[in-house]
Amino acid sequence: MQNIVLLETVYKIYTMGEVDVTALNGISLTIKKGEFVAVMGASGSGKSTLMNILGCLDSPTRGKYYLEGIEASQLSKNELANIRNKKIGFVFQSFNLLSRTTVLENIELPLIYNKRISKIDTDRVHQIMKILGLEEFQKHYTNQLSGGQQQRVAIARAIINNPTLLLADEPTGNLDSVTSMEVMNVFCDLNNKMGITIVLVTHENDIAKYARRFIVLKDGKVLSDTPSQSTASDISQIPCETIS
Amino acid sequence: MTIPPLFKIALRAIMRNKLRSFLTVLGIVIGVGAVIAMVSIGQGAKVMVEKQLESLGTNVLIIIPISTTHSATRGTTGTITLTAEDVLAIKKECRAVSYVSPGIRTSTQVVYGNMNWTTFVSGVGPDYQIVRNWHLVSGRFFNEQDINIMAKVCILGQTVATNLFGASDPVDKWVRVNNVPFKVIGVLSTKGQSPTGQDQDDLVLMPYTTVQRKIMGVTYIGVALASSVSAEARFEAIEQITSLLRQRHHLKLNEENDFSVISQVEFASTIMETSHTMTVLLGSIASVSLIVGGIGIMNIMLVSTTERTKEIGIRMAIGAREKDILFQFLTEATVLSSIGGVVGVIFGIVLSKSVSYFGSWPSLLSPPSIAIAFFFSNMIGIFFGYYPARKASRLNPIDALRYE
Ligand SMILES: Nc1ncnc2c1ncn2[C@@H]1O[C@H](COP(=O)(O)OP(=O)(O)OP(=O)(O)O)[C@@H](O)[C@H]1O
Ligand SMILES: [Mg+2]
Repeated sequence: MQNIVLLETVYKIYTMGEVDVTALNGISLTIKKGEFVAVMGASGSGKSTLMNILGCLDSPTRGKYYLEGIEASQLSKNELANIRNKKIGFVFQSFNLLSRTTVLENIELPLIYNKRISKIDTDRVHQIMKILGLEEFQKHYTNQLSGGQQQRVAIARAIINNPTLLLADEPTGNLDSVTSMEVMNVFCDLNNKMGITIVLVTHENDIAKYARRFIVLKDGKVLSDTPSQSTASDISQIPCETIS
Repeated sequence: MTIPPLFKIALRAIMRNKLRSFLTVLGIVIGVGAVIAMVSIGQGAKVMVEKQLESLGTNVLIIIPISTTHSATRGTTGTITLTAEDVLAIKKECRAVSYVSPGIRTSTQVVYGNMNWTTFVSGVGPDYQIVRNWHLVSGRFFNEQDINIMAKVCILGQTVATNLFGASDPVDKWVRVNNVPFKVIGVLSTKGQSPTGQDQDDLVLMPYTTVQRKIMGVTYIGVALASSVSAEARFEAIEQITSLLRQRHHLKLNEENDFSVISQVEFASTIMETSHTMTVLLGSIASVSLIVGGIGIMNIMLVSTTERTKEIGIRMAIGAREKDILFQFLTEATVLSSIGGVVGVIFGIVLSKSVSYFGSWPSLLSPPSIAIAFFFSNMIGIFFGYYPARKASRLNPIDALRYE
């Protein structure tokens, strides 16, 4: 299978005045197409730092990051912006939607920054909204929605440009357990039915069990990297919605 | 990103903070308005002088009975040095002078029936019409006979005619000045405003002898107006008049002139230079306020980009390039300043119109100055918006996202 992500001894060192904080301490990692990976680990273990590098929001201090064979650590700011736009979908714990802006406009936003698109494909926007059950809210302002709804808008925005890699940093961190399950069903469907590669950070085992591979970080290093044995049966228990 | 969404984003951001946007725009409105109003007032004055110069002719000379070097200390002795005899001598002896007329002026009330009007009465000679290039709408001008017999006749300016007679023809009617009846023998055509904003049609002409004896009881004249045979001959004419008057006034070699001969051209071009300087000066002062307006935009854009760091982070996270962010804020600044520009142009036009209307000061709206002011307001938006926009676009996506 094709490598989507290839990390070669990646370091991220933050310099705080005199002190250096090593957030990532030589991580090597490959993620293949169609994988659903859960990243876990204690607070401060470097999960968010890893996600930001995978999402081309930040660049490693040392080491190499290849995304679909392209060395992202070598790219210019513009090229990185292009990659973020077309190849990556990012879902944040705090949603990060534009407030006082409608659901529809938030979802369309990545299309506006996509140079290759001259006209917004409204069919696709509506299809995505339908998948995430957002059609009735399309004219609502995002700050008028519940947390679960907001996260679904964020997911819709993340997948509108059909990314190769969907990253989610504690997407259910601000949601209650029922809403969390709903959101996880969406991720599960995106992975199962659309074959989107997903990397998801979580603290909760309940959430992690949706994934098919677990990576545990400790002090900026990979502590363990295990495929899920029980995944198949777990997933079959979860009532995934059908994606048209 | 294409143009329409940029504008949509900019307009939305502007509308989100209405009061703040309004105050920012106000700075530009005042700046642009001031530039347009000031320049148009300056231009108006200049054009009036130019018009005046044309109508006066380039060969007109003004002789006044005081030396220019002593003009600040206008003594009583100065006023009696010029007489009608001087004028007659100039006419007879100065070969470079073709026409010359005495002039003496006083303010008085003119009465017709139960109407009265306070105006200037100018005592002039027959040459006055040619020298000053006056036209008559009806009647005739003075002749030598009127002068010799101190005829009780007068010619009315348009303003006086309208105020005393309304629409009817004043010719052959009788008006009273100092309780003495004068027959109206003619009406002058309209000349309009002078460069200093005075109504040139608000006057009554009479034979100078009549004004001297019948109204003022004096023997001197206030001014003499002459025209040289040609525009080129005006310097020659000045010399001839000067030497003749020095001789007639018995001035010794070391004594200064007790009169001045001023060429209308030089006089007008001095005024024109002054009014040009004024235009530049007023325009520059007004430009300062435009720059202050620009600084206001910069200030607001800096606040706005800082406030919206998180938004910038979000946009960058989903693929906005540096350029996209730069243009987003640049568009916002430019939209602000062009709104200010449009409103400022309207404000400037209204301002200069009302200055000329209420202040009876000439103003001339020049389209180039309007275009330049508008153009500059946009440039100011781009110039002062660039730094904040660039600062925003240079943010690191992850730092911007973390900003609270
Ligand atoms: N911008 C930064 N400047 C300095 N140090 C940072 C910065 N971001 C993260 N760190 C440090 O890097 C380490 C890893 O942080 P990171 O945010 O990746 O942890 P995490 O695993 O996501 O934790 P959590 O589960 O609490 O979100 C921490 O020690 C943190 O203090
Ligand atoms: Mg984290």
